[in-house]
Amino acid sequence: MLATIIQRAVMQGTPLLFGSTGEILTEKSGHLNLGIPGIMYVGAISGVAGAFLYEQSVASPDLLNPFLAVLIPLLCALVGATFMGLIYCFLTVSLRANQNVTGLALTTFGIGVGNFFGGSLIKLVDSDVPSIALSKTSNFFKTQLPFASNLGWFGEIFLSYGFLVYVAIIVAIISSYILNKTRMGLHLRAVGESPETADAAGINVTKYKYISTCIGSAIAGLGGLYYVMDYANGVWSNNGFGDRGWLSIALVIFSVWRPSLSILGSILFGFLYVIPTYIPDISVSAKKLFEMLPYVVTIIVLIITSMRNKKENQPPQALGLPYFREER
Amino acid sequence: MKKLKNLYWSVLSGSAAHIIKRDDIVWWKAWGIRIISVLLALIVCGFVTVSLTDLNPIEMYITMAQGAMGTPRLVWNLFQNTAILLGVALAVTPAFKMKFWNIGAEGQILIGGLATATCMIFLGEKIPAPLLIPVMLVVSIISGALWAFVPAYFKTRFNSNETLFTLMMNYVAIQIVAYFTLEWSMPKGSGTPRTLEFGQLPVLFGQKYLINILIVVVLTVLVYIYLKYSKQGYEISVVGESEKTARYIGINVKKVVLRTMAISGALCGIVGFLLVAGTDHSLKSDTAGGRGFTAIMVSWLAKFNPIFMVLTSLLIVFLESGASKISEVYRLNSSFSDIITGIIIFFIIGCEFFINYKIKFNKKEEIVC
Repeated sequence: MLATIIQRAVMQGTPLLFGSTGEILTEKSGHLNLGIPGIMYVGAISGVAGAFLYEQSVASPDLLNPFLAVLIPLLCALVGATFMGLIYCFLTVSLRANQNVTGLALTTFGIGVGNFFGGSLIKLVDSDVPSIALSKTSNFFKTQLPFASNLGWFGEIFLSYGFLVYVAIIVAIISSYILNKTRMGLHLRAVGESPETADAAGINVTKYKYISTCIGSAIAGLGGLYYVMDYANGVWSNNGFGDRGWLSIALVIFSVWRPSLSILGSILFGFLYVIPTYIPDISVSAKKLFEMLPYVVTIIVLIITSMRNKKENQPPQALGLPYFREER
Repeated sequence: MKKLKNLYWSVLSGSAAHIIKRDDIVWWKAWGIRIISVLLALIVCGFVTVSLTDLNPIEMYITMAQGAMGTPRLVWNLFQNTAILLGVALAVTPAFKMKFWNIGAEGQILIGGLATATCMIFLGEKIPAPLLIPVMLVVSIISGALWAFVPAYFKTRFNSNETLFTLMMNYVAIQIVAYFTLEWSMPKGSGTPRTLEFGQLPVLFGQKYLINILIVVVLTVLVYIYLKYSKQGYEISVVGESEKTARYIGINVKKVVLRTMAISGALCGIVGFLLVAGTDHSLKSDTAGGRGFTAIMVSWLAKFNPIFMVLTSLLIVFLESGASKISEVYRLNSSFSDIITGIIIFFIIGCEFFINYKIKFNKKEEIVC
């Protein structure tokens, strides 16, 4: 029972972990990317489109090449999400547009793209299938280690997931390492804290902002891909992704801008998400109040960190501000 | 290859060309740039539509216009949606002008709507409509203001990040409203929101939405006067331009921030009231329908000027209803309108750069790679 709850919490948490790792990298460069929900939708739908076209191009579903069936959606998701990141960078870094407005527009656009192609893909390619159900591709994404089911609760908690869950954790650990232990990470943090100083020290501010935002978007896009391919069994449903994008941004605050903490945070958020299903006799309406908890917890963390005012727990100093070298 | 890479980063980081802030741009130049960017956006949207449907671009815009205002009923809907969006945009503007990033309008609207619905349900049968409606209005104003006051308080007291705080408050509000929608649904637990019979706004001259539109028109004028001619409006602009200057000339910045956010939330509360009592006559968690976010773009595009906001909100609502007509005719998904809106906003946001800055290309020998 407990093992099942943990397992489901991890599965719920994984999209959030991808999203928040991506958003942390972006925010560390001083850019508050509110387009993350849209980017995750685009990542998901790009993966779905890639997988759908590949499944359609093969005569029978049994002929799918497992390697290609995973690689194509993966690359599509990365490309789609990076493209969204580029739009955001071009507008906010090069054209110095307001970050909040650009991010919200990106979210509108991205959710629109996701739902539009999700709803119209079949019509657009003149296919005769009734709905997008990529169960074959999904099975490849969900493949677990062959001996996982023989190991009882240990297997269930640690080994029972598709490979993207492990990717999410590894990416978070690597990001944490890069941010805290490498020169590159130091430069990136400098850009986010004080771009003037970084610029004066000879760091290419624009380059860091572009690269970290685009990589961040690509990582967030994988969250969308994981959701649709693994969690939702390859079935696209419009708005099915829900508010997970915003929850990822909440998770960034909750984990005080540390990818390593956000691994635990994502499991906790996932836990809060699934816990109502395990409470007997709970009414549908009370479930809604449970769904509020991650946000309330985040607000409390936000208040506490600002009250304690410790330097290492604060948002990057230049978060949300555009940088003009000419205006120093 | 290396050379190309160097050139690429030098363009991006500004050593091949550099940017100069324009002192002041003549108004016709600024509007020229804006109009060009809208035209470019429309061309891009045309390409997108043509590649997805077999319409030619001109037919497409005719279909859009028909979808947005083909019949009197559609025109009323257009005005109604514009009025509501404009109302939210007016609400976020005072805070934005102060550089307080209130992206919690969605939640503030919902809480205002929730307050209205509570009055309609629990006081509806007890007091007559002429008394009930003012009570509803006052209660929704107060609750919207309180909901906005919370993040403002923590901002002024502990310097919490207001963007993130207000963003989170939205989802708290959405879940609270979702809870009450289910609790109040008829029959209970079914999820169909209850129709609120008592306290609906009166129908003027046979037009259901006329009263909403009139209220928003009044609000527009009031907000315009408040921001432009009142002392408080002046304080808001000073705090927005430079907090240090504001403190230097003796403005109590904390007081201004708290007061302005309360006003912002109160206006959102009024919109919630209009949506529940004047439009839907019910409360759902998507009553605000993302307008809290769209309004930010409306306000920004209009440079925080309430009069221009009439135009920008009309533009956005027109595009949305027009694009949904196209998706209806071609049996495409209704989210098509979001894509079109997104593209147009990208262009308008981008063009501001060319209004505020001049690009000067350096002579070739000056490039330092």
